[in-house]
Amino acid sequence: MQLINARPGDVITIPEGVHAISRGLSLNVSGVTLRGLGMDKSILSFKGQVQGAEGLLVNASDFTIEDLAIEDAAGDALKINEGRNIVIRRVRTEWTNGPDEKNGAYGIYPVQAENVLLEDSVAIGASDAGLYVGQSRNVVVRNNRVEFNVAGIEIENTMHADVYGNVARNNTGGILVFNMPDLPNPGHSTRVFDNEVVGNNSANFGAEGTPVASVPAGSGIVINSNDRVEIFDNVIADNDTANIIISSYYATGYQGTRDVIDDYDPYPETIYVYGNTMSGGGSSPDGLDLKALKVAKFGLTGSFPDVLWDGYVNADKVDEHGRLLPEYAICIDNDAAQVLNVDLGNGSENIVVGDEQHRCTHDKLPAVQLAAPLS
Amino acid sequence: MRRLPIPVLLAAAAVATLVAACGKAPPVTLHPADAPPDRLSDWGVVLADGQVFEFNAGVVPYDLNTPLFSDYALKLRSVWLPEGTTAAYRDGRELEFPVGTILSKTFHYERAGEPGDNPGNEPLEVVRADRESLLDEGGRLDLDRYVLIETRLLVRYEDGWRALPYVWNDSQDEAYLELAGDVRSIRFGGEDEGFVYVVPDVNQCGGCHKPDHTAAELRPLGPRAWQLNREYGYAAGRRNQLEHWTASGILEGVPASVPKGASWATPADATLAERARAYLDANCAHCHNAKGPADTSGLDLTVDAPVDRRYGLCKPPVAVGRGSGDRPYDIYPGRPDDSILLYRMEQTDPAIAMPELGRSTVHREGVELIRGWIAALPGDC
Repeated sequence: MQLINARPGDVITIPEGVHAISRGLSLNVSGVTLRGLGMDKSILSFKGQVQGAEGLLVNASDFTIEDLAIEDAAGDALKINEGRNIVIRRVRTEWTNGPDEKNGAYGIYPVQAENVLLEDSVAIGASDAGLYVGQSRNVVVRNNRVEFNVAGIEIENTMHADVYGNVARNNTGGILVFNMPDLPNPGHSTRVFDNEVVGNNSANFGAEGTPVASVPAGSGIVINSNDRVEIFDNVIADNDTANIIISSYYATGYQGTRDVIDDYDPYPETIYVYGNTMSGGGSSPDGLDLKALKVAKFGLTGSFPDVLWDGYVNADKVDEHGRLLPEYAICIDNDAAQVLNVDLGNGSENIVVGDEQHRCTHDKLPAVQLAAPLS
Repeated sequence: MRRLPIPVLLAAAAVATLVAACGKAPPVTLHPADAPPDRLSDWGVVLADGQVFEFNAGVVPYDLNTPLFSDYALKLRSVWLPEGTTAAYRDGRELEFPVGTILSKTFHYERAGEPGDNPGNEPLEVVRADRESLLDEGGRLDLDRYVLIETRLLVRYEDGWRALPYVWNDSQDEAYLELAGDVRSIRFGGEDEGFVYVVPDVNQCGGCHKPDHTAAELRPLGPRAWQLNREYGYAAGRRNQLEHWTASGILEGVPASVPKGASWATPADATLAERARAYLDANCAHCHNAKGPADTSGLDLTVDAPVDRRYGLCKPPVAVGRGSGDRPYDIYPGRPDDSILLYRMEQTDPAIAMPELGRSTVHREGVELIRGWIAALPGDC
């Protein structure tokens, strides 16, 4: 009720306790703060929700939500659709029954938002992404913990995102940076750094047909079809398919026989990986094709290299040897880390390990500067 | 508080009608935006005394060519304008209503069984009827036969529209403002499973009635020219609604040629494609338009949008969550059972079902329409 009568400047306090709610909540007034007494104290429980595709749907700007939990929503736990100056802090979204295809899709889901700070939060059990930032710009995602989701953190069609200080464990894929077609804006310029991305080997329980259902279990950091992405200074370990996967839209198996729309760029370009501490990983890839490939190429007890690349390139952006021009290159400047090019576009006829084309660097991206009032 | 005079409450239906027709009922009253009355009767738009429901004098009922599906609820719609004001026809599809306009929509069902059959009214047994609401010759609804659930008002103030949901009481003589919405347990006669009918809260009204999500202004959805361009059975006989509105002095500027929307349920009047597209507009395009809250999906189902990838043709899902049902495209020509759009119409799980609000049951006839249209679409993906 307070959400309906809210006025700008209001602080709505959620008392301690488990509050059972059967219908989706929504907020349409800007300038509101929703505050609990702690993510393990003030709990909005949507178990048995009969209506609403979200637990809490926010259509407003200058919104802060902190210190509470949203549990067992039928669909997304917290969706913020179009807004500026959004702060999500110490919020827990969880499906308490553990991984299940019937869990809601997204834990915390700002979409078409600008100037977003998502920090110190926890997302567990989402059947798509725990933290999902879609079609947004100027975003900081830091110091969160994501576990047992299909995707831990997903940055999709977003411009200028910094993702750092997060812990992603036991998801199917740890941290994803994706671009999808048919959307108003392509994303670019994401930095993923200082994260701990370890042991993301949970079986994929995403609903068949969703884009994340194509993510193999054991994926550490995945870049799909996105450009200008920097991955540095992370600890990435024990992700059984590969610690880092770089792929195009064509690897997701979604394009059908029709071409993707004209203004969509399905290729990952200008990728820069450096300074990460990588270990384990690639020892037990998910999927029969990758398993067979690993055994054939690296033996039963061997492992994939740290970086797996599907090898698709835009024919307009390559040199006479078919290698990406320097400004678009996939650059790996990370100790002994090597790239496995599985050459999917040619039926894996020419699988290459450690091609010298990846020995390169790019100019570093600037840090995201959140604008006032979040600066 | 203002109520119907006691004699009216006790009178037979015919007498109640006379009261409205002779203007003896209190006139329609506009209330300030910051003080909406708790009782629907204080507006004077609709009159109900437990026996009959009718519109007050000066209130004009209307129907749409293709309405939104709402759990098989029957709907009575009305418009009222302050004396001396008129709505204006605007190019394209919108009407512009003056300040003071009151639109009403009353959701009701035909009862299955007698009113006293199920004490406590839970669940309420009603008829699953896929049709328009019909007033009798006297312009009334017999409340022995029908049960009123809720009346929603949209009121135009200086700074925009305001939405107000009122929920009818058991004695069917008053409805009360429920800003937080309400739920009713309803069951269609002869069926085992009931469903939860949800009266939206005020915020949820904006979930549909803000078709431009960036502007975020509440606005009416139904009364647009192409939806109103049809006949209605007035007390004085059948007549085109736009003509009637013009003749009544509540609408001006109607050009000689007005777009006419297809009636989704009338195969004789329009092609399958026209009916399907009218249905998808009325049921989806308030969110799925180029500026709507669902522009995040890149899907645009407005009635005049080209049927291409943005319309869902061979369009793979984006942030669909569990909504895809393991189907590859929103609309897969010739393959309805591989089309996500149809899957979401066939589901009632809130995480999957579309539209997200206002539907707890499957609209079988709507599903069949869209199924047939997709099945007939040529081409492949």
